[in-house]
Amino acid sequence: MKKVLMGNHAATIGAVLSRVQVVAAYPITPATQVIELIADMTAKGEYKGKFLRVESEHSAMAALLGASTAGARTFTATSSQGLAYMHELLHWVSGARLPVVMVDVNRALAAPWNLWTDQTDSLSQRDTGWLQFYCATNQEVLDTVIMAYKVSEKLLLPSMIMLDGFTLSHVYEPVDVPDQKAVDAFLPPFAPTTRLDVDNPGAFGSLETPKPYFRIRRRMAVDMDRAEALVEQVGSEFERSFGRGYGAIESYRSQDAEVSLVCSGAVGSTAKQAIDELRAEGHAAGLLRFRLFRPFPTQALKRLSRPDMKLAVVDRNYSPGHQGIFCEEIKAALYGTKGAPEVYGFVAGLGGGDITVELLKEMWHEVKNKTADPVSPLWMEDAR
Amino acid sequence: MKASIAVDELMTSGHQACQGCGATLTMRYALKGLGKQTVVCLPACCWTVLSGAAPRCSIGVPLLHAPFASAAAAASGAKAGLSARGDDKTTVMAWAGDGGTYDIGIQALSGAADRNEDIIYCCYDNEAYMNTGIQRSGGTPFGAWTMTTPGKEGSPRPKKDLDAIMEAHSIPYIATATPAYPEDMVRKFAKAKSIKGFRFIHVLSPCPPGWKSDTDDTVKLSRLAVQTGMFALYEIENGKFKLNMNVAKRKPVGEYLKPQGRFRGLTPEATSVIQADVDTRWTGYAKRQANGA
Repeated sequence: MKKVLMGNHAATIGAVLSRVQVVAAYPITPATQVIELIADMTAKGEYKGKFLRVESEHSAMAALLGASTAGARTFTATSSQGLAYMHELLHWVSGARLPVVMVDVNRALAAPWNLWTDQTDSLSQRDTGWLQFYCATNQEVLDTVIMAYKVSEKLLLPSMIMLDGFTLSHVYEPVDVPDQKAVDAFLPPFAPTTRLDVDNPGAFGSLETPKPYFRIRRRMAVDMDRAEALVEQVGSEFERSFGRGYGAIESYRSQDAEVSLVCSGAVGSTAKQAIDELRAEGHAAGLLRFRLFRPFPTQALKRLSRPDMKLAVVDRNYSPGHQGIFCEEIKAALYGTKGAPEVYGFVAGLGGGDITVELLKEMWHEVKNKTADPVSPLWMEDAR
Repeated sequence: MKASIAVDELMTSGHQACQGCGATLTMRYALKGLGKQTVVCLPACCWTVLSGAAPRCSIGVPLLHAPFASAAAAASGAKAGLSARGDDKTTVMAWAGDGGTYDIGIQALSGAADRNEDIIYCCYDNEAYMNTGIQRSGGTPFGAWTMTTPGKEGSPRPKKDLDAIMEAHSIPYIATATPAYPEDMVRKFAKAKSIKGFRFIHVLSPCPPGWKSDTDDTVKLSRLAVQTGMFALYEIENGKFKLNMNVAKRKPVGEYLKPQGRFRGLTPEATSVIQADVDTRWTGYAKRQANGA
C-alpha cells in the first residue's frame, strides 16, 4: 500500500513489519519520531512487542544487549551525540555477535551544537563491528530495515541504517509499505542457537585469554568478509519478493562516464539530477552511490571502476588530520589494483549545509578540468 | 535435622575469589533463595573475574556479562527479551558491586527503578573498588583507607546513603542483608523473587584484602557490623519499614572498626564521629519502626 511517510516513520514501520520484539530507545533530535511512533503503535495495539523508555542511549543499547541475548529481535534509533554515547555498547554488541538493528539519523556532532545532517556521527563508529547502510530515500529506509534483519541474523552481526537528518527524517515521500504476509515470507522469525536459557545455562561474554580472543576476532573478520556478497544476495531476494532491488553500490549512468561522482545518503538522489544535467550538456558524467559502507564494498567498487573513469568523492564528513572518510577508504580499497582510477576528494555540507545540483556539477568540473588535488580534499560550499 | 536454608547448591567450588571473600557467600545464599530459574547479569565487578574465565563458570544459572555502567539496563532488556518470548517466570537479577551501583551504574539503576522494571538488583557492597585494587567509591565509609584516600585520615566523606536514594524511587521492595545471617539473607532473596516490580537488595560484603582484615574474620565482621549498628538489617516493603534485627544494646563501633586495617588511622575523635552517626541513624530507625512506615 502506498503511503506518504516521513523518513523516521518509514524506519519504525520497517521495524514493526519485521516483527521486532523489544525496542529500547531514548529521544534525540532528529530521530525522535522513530520512537514516538513506536509509543503510538503500542498504545493502539499495532505494535505488540516490548517498549522500554530508557533513561539514556547507553542504557538503550545495554537493554538490547540483554534482550537480544535472551533471543528476542531488537530495534532502536538514535542520532549524533546519542550514538556517540552508545559507543561502548556498540563494540560489546558486535563482539557478542548479536544481530541488533538500529537506525541512526545522521546529524553533526558538537561542539558547537548543530542539529543538521552530517555523517561524522556514524562514520566515527566505523570500527565498532556494525554493518553500515546509507539510504537515499524513505522507501529505501523502510526496505533496508527489513533486509538488515535478514543479513544480520544470518551473519550474527549488528546493522546500523543511516538516513539524513531532516533531509530524509522529516521529509514526506511516497513509500510503498509492503504487506505483512509478504514480509513474513521474506523474513523468518529470529531463531538463535544460543540464548539465555535456564535449562541450558551458559555464560555470555566471560573473560577470554589472548588466543581464543584472537580467534573470536578472526572469525568476526571472516564473517564481515562474506557480508558484502550476502548483502547483494539479500538485495536480489528482496527484489524478487517486492520488485525493488538493492546492491552494495548503485551505479547510475557510469558505464561510459569519464568522471563519476561518488555519493552516499540523500546526496545520492540530488546527484542523479546533477548527472542528468551534465549529460544534457554533453558531458560523460556518472554516479556511484554507496549504500554499504561496512563491510566496505571493495568487490562492487572494483567491478564498477575503470582506469579511464576518474572518481569525484563527495564526503559530508571529515576525519580531522586526514581526508573525507569515503575518499580515504576508496583510495585504500583500490590501492594496488592494476589500472586503479584517479580519486579526488571533496568535503561539503558539514553540519547540514546544502549540497546542491550546482555544487555537485562544480565538483565534477573540478575533476574533469584537472583543477582538483588528488592528495588533499577540496572544501566546497554552496555559493548562496 | 531439618536444614534452615536450602541444601541445593547453585554455586560450585573452583571459583576464583580471594580467601574469605564475602561475595562468594552472598552469591551462594542468593541463589539458594532464588533457585534455578534465574538469570544473573553482571557488570564489571569482582564477580566478573571470580565467576571464572571462559569456558568455566562457577554458577549453575545463565550469566550475562555487561559493561560497567549498564547492569540495570542490561538486566531490564534480558527480562523484556525473555518476556517477549513468552517466559514471564524466570527471575532476572542484576548483580553489581558498590562501584557499579553507587557510582558509574547509578544512572541505569535509577532509570530501571523509576520504570519499576520487573528485576532484582543486588548490590554486594564491599565498600570500595576492590577488583581494581581498593580505590574509593561512593560506598566507602568515612575514615577508611583506600589506595585513592591514602592519608592517615582515610576517606574524607561519609558513605552515600544509597538505600534512601532507592527508597525515593517508590519501588515495592528494599532489603539489606549480610552473610553472617544466612537465614535472613536467603529469606529476603526468596521473598524478593515472589514480588513483582523493581526489588533492591543491599548486601554488606566483607573483603579481607580491601578491609585489611583476617580472612577468617569475614563472618565475624559481618556479624559485628550488625551488632554495632554500623549496618542495620531491615526491609522496606511498599514503603513500610521493618527492622529485622532490633539491636537493643549495640556494641561500640570500635569493636567493628579495630580489627580492620583500613581504619588503622582513625583518631578517637573520628571514631566518636562514626559512633554519633550510628546513634543518629538508629534514632531514625526506632522512629520508623514505631510508626510502621
